[in-house]
Amino acid sequence: MRLVKNKIELNGSGTVTLCPEEPEDMWHAYNLIRPGDLLRASAIRRVTTTQDTGSTSSARVHLTLEIRVKSLDFDPQSSQLHVSGQIVNETAHTKVGQHHTLDLELNRNFTLEKEIGSDGEGVGWDSIAVQMLKDAVDESGNRRAEAVAVVMQEGLAHICFIGQFQTILKQKVEMSVPRKRQGGGDHDKGMNKFFQVTLDTLVRQMEFNTSATSLSTNNETVRPVLLASPGFVAAGFQKYIQSVANTSMPALKRLLPSIVVVHSASGYLHSLAEVLQSPAVKTILADTKYARETRLMDDFLDQLRKETNKATYGPREVESAVDQGAVGRGGGVLIISNRLFRSQDVAERKRWVSLVDRVRDVEGGEVRVLSSDHESGRRLDGLGGVAALLTFPIVDDAGDEDDDDDSQ
Amino acid sequence: MSRHRVKAVSYDEDEYDDGYYSPDPEEQEFLEQCTTEVLNQLRAGDPSVTATRSEVQDALYHYYDDIEKSVNYLRGKKVKELQKKQAAAAAPPAALKTKGTSVPVYPEPPLISPAPAAHFSAADFFRDAPWLNIPSHRKAEILVEPLYPRLGLLGGAPESAGGGKVSKLAALAAARRKKEGDKAAAATPPAATDSTAAETAPKAASTESKGATLSLRERLAVSGKLQKSPSDGHQSLRSLGRGSRQGGSLSGKKTSTEPEPQESPKQEEAASVTPEPKTSGTSEKEDHTALNIRAPPSTFASAMVGDSTRPKMTEPSHLSANTLDLIRIYGQDLTEPFDFAGPSPDDVVINAQSSAKGFKSKQPASKSAGDKKTQADLAGGMNNLSVEEKVNVKSKNLDVLSEYKKAERKRAMNFAVIGHVDAGKSTLMGRLLADLKAIDQRTLDKYKREAEKIGKGSFALAWVLDQGAEERARGVTIDIATNKFETEKTVFTIVDAPGHRDFVPNMIAGASQADFAVLVIDSSIGNFESGLKGQTKEHALLVRSMGVQRIIVAVNKMDSVQWDKERFDEIEQQVSSFLTTAGFQPKNINFVPCSGISGDNVTRRSDDPNVSWYQGRTLVDELEATEPYSHAVDKPLRMTIGDVFRGSVQNPLSISGRLDAGSLQVGDQILTMPSGETATIRSLEVDGEPNDWAVAGQNVVLNLANIDPIHLRSGDVICRASAPIANVTSFTCKVLAFDHLLPSMVDIHRGRLHVPGRISRLLSTLDKQSGAIIKKKPKIVAPGTVARIVVEMDQAVPLEAPTRIVLRAGGETVAAGLLE
Repeated sequence: MRLVKNKIELNGSGTVTLCPEEPEDMWHAYNLIRPGDLLRASAIRRVTTTQDTGSTSSARVHLTLEIRVKSLDFDPQSSQLHVSGQIVNETAHTKVGQHHTLDLELNRNFTLEKEIGSDGEGVGWDSIAVQMLKDAVDESGNRRAEAVAVVMQEGLAHICFIGQFQTILKQKVEMSVPRKRQGGGDHDKGMNKFFQVTLDTLVRQMEFNTSATSLSTNNETVRPVLLASPGFVAAGFQKYIQSVANTSMPALKRLLPSIVVVHSASGYLHSLAEVLQSPAVKTILADTKYARETRLMDDFLDQLRKETNKATYGPREVESAVDQGAVGRGGGVLIISNRLFRSQDVAERKRWVSLVDRVRDVEGGEVRVLSSDHESGRRLDGLGGVAALLTFPIVDDAGDEDDDDDSQ
Repeated sequence: MSRHRVKAVSYDEDEYDDGYYSPDPEEQEFLEQCTTEVLNQLRAGDPSVTATRSEVQDALYHYYDDIEKSVNYLRGKKVKELQKKQAAAAAPPAALKTKGTSVPVYPEPPLISPAPAAHFSAADFFRDAPWLNIPSHRKAEILVEPLYPRLGLLGGAPESAGGGKVSKLAALAAARRKKEGDKAAAATPPAATDSTAAETAPKAASTESKGATLSLRERLAVSGKLQKSPSDGHQSLRSLGRGSRQGGSLSGKKTSTEPEPQESPKQEEAASVTPEPKTSGTSEKEDHTALNIRAPPSTFASAMVGDSTRPKMTEPSHLSANTLDLIRIYGQDLTEPFDFAGPSPDDVVINAQSSAKGFKSKQPASKSAGDKKTQADLAGGMNNLSVEEKVNVKSKNLDVLSEYKKAERKRAMNFAVIGHVDAGKSTLMGRLLADLKAIDQRTLDKYKREAEKIGKGSFALAWVLDQGAEERARGVTIDIATNKFETEKTVFTIVDAPGHRDFVPNMIAGASQADFAVLVIDSSIGNFESGLKGQTKEHALLVRSMGVQRIIVAVNKMDSVQWDKERFDEIEQQVSSFLTTAGFQPKNINFVPCSGISGDNVTRRSDDPNVSWYQGRTLVDELEATEPYSHAVDKPLRMTIGDVFRGSVQNPLSISGRLDAGSLQVGDQILTMPSGETATIRSLEVDGEPNDWAVAGQNVVLNLANIDPIHLRSGDVICRASAPIANVTSFTCKVLAFDHLLPSMVDIHRGRLHVPGRISRLLSTLDKQSGAIIKKKPKIVAPGTVARIVVEMDQAVPLEAPTRIVLRAGGETVAAGLLE
């Protein structure tokens, strides 16, 4: 995302003009734009006019519309963001108060304004929003850490794209592979068919150019492809790709060097965590946000296992730990999922933003916002979306009576 | 090329005209020759018959001038006519009964036996048909216009008989033939009359076959000359039925002569789709004028309405009865004397034969149709027709439980072979099978050769069970293999589980089918120790948590430690202490020192002097000493699909597995979950033998019909629609934690069923013995404690209490327990 213009006031209100450049930027926009914000972007709107005679004519007109956001709809598979709301600016074709859904497009600027209302209905550019903006703009430009992972087992494959901020499950391949039987060759045949379907799907999802001419002409970089499975399925798949590359599809030879075979415990998507921890993958995806997040979650779970009471999870538990000053200087880490900031409820968002601000500014602890679209974020969501590593052990007997509302 | 020239080319048409309308002299001459030839042959033949020239020429025309065929045809026809005449003359007056029931009982005409005819006789054939005894006074009511076969060989399918559009050419030809026939009738009254009519008899009979109503109506429609004799003063039943149906004006007073509504309707006749038969006097007059061109009644028609030679019968009482249900008469008696809906005698015989052979042949769709087929039945039959052919498998409706009790079978048991990777499980079982002659020596030698070829000679025995190419190449069992062998008392099914940690899901699938387990332990130095930390422990815990009570510990590879008794004792002591903590009772644990590769103490006692210290039982003896287990035979049907495969060409879709509960038989409807689709069991195999039924505890292969394979996956559950298993997305279970439990992603295993899910809540930790709640809402559950947890899944899965499940995460078993 390119930052075109930044006019954030000291009090937190102000506008920002951004230009999304990659599909993942849509995800950032999805996190930045909140209900109640003002969004200005170009739009195509069908306008119907009625003549005096009663005949109607409709035309599609290009407009620049500003809307007050009511809801967002993000499609992670295709990275499309639809923002709907009411129009606030008057144009020749629209009236104030009409509804419109803006489809944000790549390489088209949009302007986002967050207000601080006098009666507190807006939150403005709070620390989290500013942090997200920084992440989105990514001034250092070191985010070339994409990989394609195929997590598979017999008859099941998940093809997913690992990005800086999200893991997108692109497609799931499911086939019934006959089991081995006495004197039956069905199993090997079935596996071959399964490999074939998986490879076809993978090539299609990667938009990999399989034409024979592409071998010599363009030297586009190929993303690393991680093949992960229990047992020998991934290795078998690699062998299959090799054989196909040698026989029918020579363009695949470009893919071969970037293939890494990793072990995973199962073919389900949550095994991806294990895949990304393997040494072979760590060298490829060194120090990506994902790898850091995964490591953090593992640390946290280790602490929890050791039963030192130096780790806690759950909204209420963490808040009480912060109250006790346990998430402070010297190792206190607040781990929070960005799902909580996406809440439609302004009060809810304020609650978490103030908690983050407090830990960071007052207590001096570390705050990590985990992407809920990554595997580690999903693990965190399972724990209630918020967890904390504590500087000293606290006894957790307070949360027994009033914890029914915690399990969200 | 000009357009003119193209237009001028019309000689094709000319030739066409020539061929049909003005036969050339050559052809005429040839026809004459043939005709005389045929006539001569007819006269000379055994039953000497005569025929008119025109008849002969007609026959020749239809048989494309084939003299022989024409002669045969004509002779057959004439002979029939002769017999018919004799029969008619001999027919005595038949008494007529009142028709009281819906199925009228018509008096059977006395058996008339003309000279034992070798030829087919229409009269004979229709002898017992109800319409044969139509009172003679009605014989002249219906004059059926002879139906000539059109545009085809004689006796061709009369699809459009009378109903379809008649081409000009065909109409002309028909008119000409009719004229000729009439002329012939005038010339040779009895014989020729019948001869022309008889020509149509086979056709009329075939028309009658199924759509009796239709063909009759058509004929009525066509024959405008259908009339009634005013003298007899009675309405034709047919016209009455029709009248009441169409006009509705006609009441039950069918005895009235010439009812008004039918008298006038000239236009009505033209307008109606099926014109009214003319019954008025005017039409009578018309008939008289047209008499000379009218054809004599066909054999069939005369059979229908009686014959002039037949003695007159008394007036049927039902005609004078006031409360006669005309429609019933019309609809049932006259138009549907016999329907061909039921299976033909041939079909009956074939079905009986096939069912005797145990064949499940496809039953005709109309099998259930009764002898009275109404329109509704027809409509229903149409609905039953679908594009996809349903396979109907006939159930034998056995009482499976009593069959089961009756059956004198050897007891059957399944056991799982478990243990750490490379402990020698497959080899030990291969040895067992080889020594018990469950596998022939030739195959074994082949395996040995092939294994040596790739440098894995010691794996030859394991290849008996490791059939996969990958398994053989790597020397590792990947998936479970089942194999069976018999001893004197018992049929055992081996479920050989993989030992590698990556394939624990497959091992769980295998262990879920087992009654007891054989734990194979590698006794060699170092391997035992690593195994105990590895899958030896995990497997033992898993089989225990899946309900296995008895475990036989085969201390394998004893030859590699020179049958050292101390080593054996050490292993026995360590393993038994571990197994008792895992929950096995000491009396259910047995140890056997053995060697799979050499076969010592597997089926035969070792003759190695070093083994003299061991006086216990061999492995097979231990297996046989196991008590059989009872299964929930009378519970609702449950079976987890182990595999979906293509059995053979006859059985394109088969599933295998072990019946967990209940029973089933061939022909049963089953329900698969979670897809909720039904299927029919076409046939089934129990332990590889075809059988009609199966009960819980047996390993079966079900050959299914009427289901698409995409609805079946291994891990799905088979049940009955009457007692279905529920698909759930979340369940509460009581588990024993093997690892730290906290809300996280887990894999849920139950037999072959293997789905991703997550622990969403930890409800409480429980006391191991009493089950009392120790702590509510724990943050984390420590290993070794019992806890109640809630597990959620993304997809609905067939699970019900009390089912034993295993939770795994990151390649390790984290918990096992019971659904609540």
